[in-house]
Amino acid sequence: MTSVNITLGARNGVVRDTWVILRHNLRKTARQKIALLFGAVQPLLFLLLFGPLLSGLGSWQMLVPGLLVQLGLLSAGLAGFGIVFDARAGVLDRLRVSPTPRLALLLGQALGGTAVLLLQSALLVAVATALGLRPPPLGLVLAAVLLAVTGTGLAAISNALALVLDDAVFAPVMTTVMVPLTLLSGAFLPMSMAPGWLNALSAATPFRHTVEALRDLLAGDYLTPAVGLGTAVSVAFSVLCVALAVRIFNRLNA
Amino acid sequence: MIESSGLSKTYGKAPAAVEAVRGLTFTVAPGQIVGLLGPNGAGKSTTMRLLTTLLRPTSGTATVAGRDLLADPEGVRRRIGYVAQGGSTPYGQPLLEELELQAMLYGMSRPEARRRVAEVLDLFEVADLAARSGETLSGGQRRRFDLALGLLHRPPVVFLDEPTAGLDPGARAEVWDLVRTLRGEHGVTVVLSTHYLDEAEALCDRLLVIDRGRLAGDGSPGDLRERVPGGAADLEEVFRWLTGRPASEEQPAPKALV
Ligand SMILES: Nc1ncnc2c1ncn2[C@@H]1O[C@H](COP(=O)(O)OP(=O)(O)O)[C@@H](O)[C@H]1O
Ligand SMILES: [Mg+2]
Repeated sequence: MTSVNITLGARNGVVRDTWVILRHNLRKTARQKIALLFGAVQPLLFLLLFGPLLSGLGSWQMLVPGLLVQLGLLSAGLAGFGIVFDARAGVLDRLRVSPTPRLALLLGQALGGTAVLLLQSALLVAVATALGLRPPPLGLVLAAVLLAVTGTGLAAISNALALVLDDAVFAPVMTTVMVPLTLLSGAFLPMSMAPGWLNALSAATPFRHTVEALRDLLAGDYLTPAVGLGTAVSVAFSVLCVALAVRIFNRLNA
Repeated sequence: MIESSGLSKTYGKAPAAVEAVRGLTFTVAPGQIVGLLGPNGAGKSTTMRLLTTLLRPTSGTATVAGRDLLADPEGVRRRIGYVAQGGSTPYGQPLLEELELQAMLYGMSRPEARRRVAEVLDLFEVADLAARSGETLSGGQRRRFDLALGLLHRPPVVFLDEPTAGLDPGARAEVWDLVRTLRGEHGVTVVLSTHYLDEAEALCDRLLVIDRGRLAGDGSPGDLRERVPGGAADLEEVFRWLTGRPASEEQPAPKALV
C-alpha cells in the first residue's frame, strides 16, 4: 500500500464514470425484476381495463402514447425513492468522497431510471400490440428516444429532490404531483375535447406536448408540428431538470 | 499531511443555528495515528466531513495531502479514504459488485479493479463473504467491508469515523491491529475519531481533544497526562482538567450567538 499513485483517477471523466455507475445500476435492476414489473402495473391496468372503452376513438393509437407518459411520470418521476436508501446506508457519501465528477454521479443514477422506464415501456407496447396496436418500427424507435429524453430529466430531478426533501415529504408530494401532471397531459383522452380553460392549462405543461408528439410518432407521422414542438419541449424540459438537479447535487455539502 | 486553519462549521440559520465546529487549527504529520477525542456531539463527525469535502466549511479551510479543500476538492478526494460512522455497505446486493464499482470510481480499469478487489478481500479475510449483501453480515464482518471500501485505492491519508463503535471486543481488537498495520507497514496517515478513552490511549500517537467544537488539547496521551498538575492517572482526568466536564457527558448542541 506504500506507493502513492498520483495518476490514480486519471481515467475519471463524466462519460466513463457515468457508464461505470449506470452499469452498476443496471446490474442492480436486473436483480429486481418484480419491482420492475410492478412499476408498470398501473398503466397496464389502464390499458386492459380502460382501453377497451375507447375503441371508438382509435383506442390504442390514442391511449398508448398517453400511458407511456403516465408510466414515465410514475417510473422515472419517482426514481428518487431508491437513492434515499443509498443515502441512509452511507453509500451516497462514499460515492461523493470519490473523485467521480458530480455530473456523472447524477447521470449514472438518472440513466438507470431511464433504462427501467424503457424496459417497462417495451412491456406496455408489447401488451398493446397483442391487443391491436400496430406501431411502425421507426415510430417506435423515435418514441423510445423521446421518452428516454423526458425520462432522464424526470429521473434526475426526482433523485435530486429525494435528497433534499424530507423523507416523509418526498413520497406523498411526488405521488400527488404526478396525478395532475398525468391528467393535464391528456394521457387518457385527447385534450381537444376539453373546455378552453383546461386546454390552455394543459398546453402550459410539458407532458401534453410529449404525449401529442408520441401519438404522431406511433401513427407513423414523423414530420408534423406536434412532433417538432413535442421534441423541443421535451429536450428543453430535460436539460432544465438535469441542470437544476446538478445544482442541487453540488450544494449537498452546504 | 493535514493543515487546518480556523476550520468552522455552523449548521442551519439563526435562530436555530448550531456551531458544531469552531475554529479548529492543527497540523497532522505524515505517518501518525491521530485521534479526535470527544464525547458524542463534540463535533468529531462534522470535522471529518469537512476534511473529506462532504461539507463546506462556514469559515476557515484546510489542506489535505497538499490540496486545498476549497480550491481543489477533487485533488483531495483522489488522495483520501473515508469510512463513515455507521459504515457504507449497501443492502440487497453483492458486496463484490460494490467493491468493483468503488475501485473503478478511483480510476482503475476493470482488470485492475478485479485484481485489487481480490487482494483487499484477502487482506481483510472476507473473500468468502463477498457474494453476500450487507444485511446478511454481522457488525464485525460489515465493518471489514466498510474498511475495505475505504482503503481499496491505497490512499495516503484515511479518515475513520468511530471505527470501533458498536463492535464486540474481538472485532475491536482486529480494527486496532489493522490501523496499526496501515501506519506501520504502509505508512498511511490515519485520522480517527473516538469517544472511547481506552481506544484513544491504546491506539493513537496523538490526540486532538475536541470539546463543544473547539480544540481543548493536543498531544500524545502521555504528554496530555503529564500536563495535568501532579500528573493524571487516565484520560478521563485529562479531559476533566482540560474542559471542566466529564468525558462521558453527552455534549449539548452549541447554539450560535446571533
Ligand atoms: N446535519 C446537521 N444539522 C444540524 N446539526 C447537526 C447536524 N449534524 C450534526 N449536528 C450537530 O452538530 C454537533 C456536532 O455533531 P457531530 O459532529 O456529529 O458530533 P460527534 O461526531 O462528535 O458526535 C451536535 O450538536 C449535532 O447535534
Ligand atoms: Mg460522530
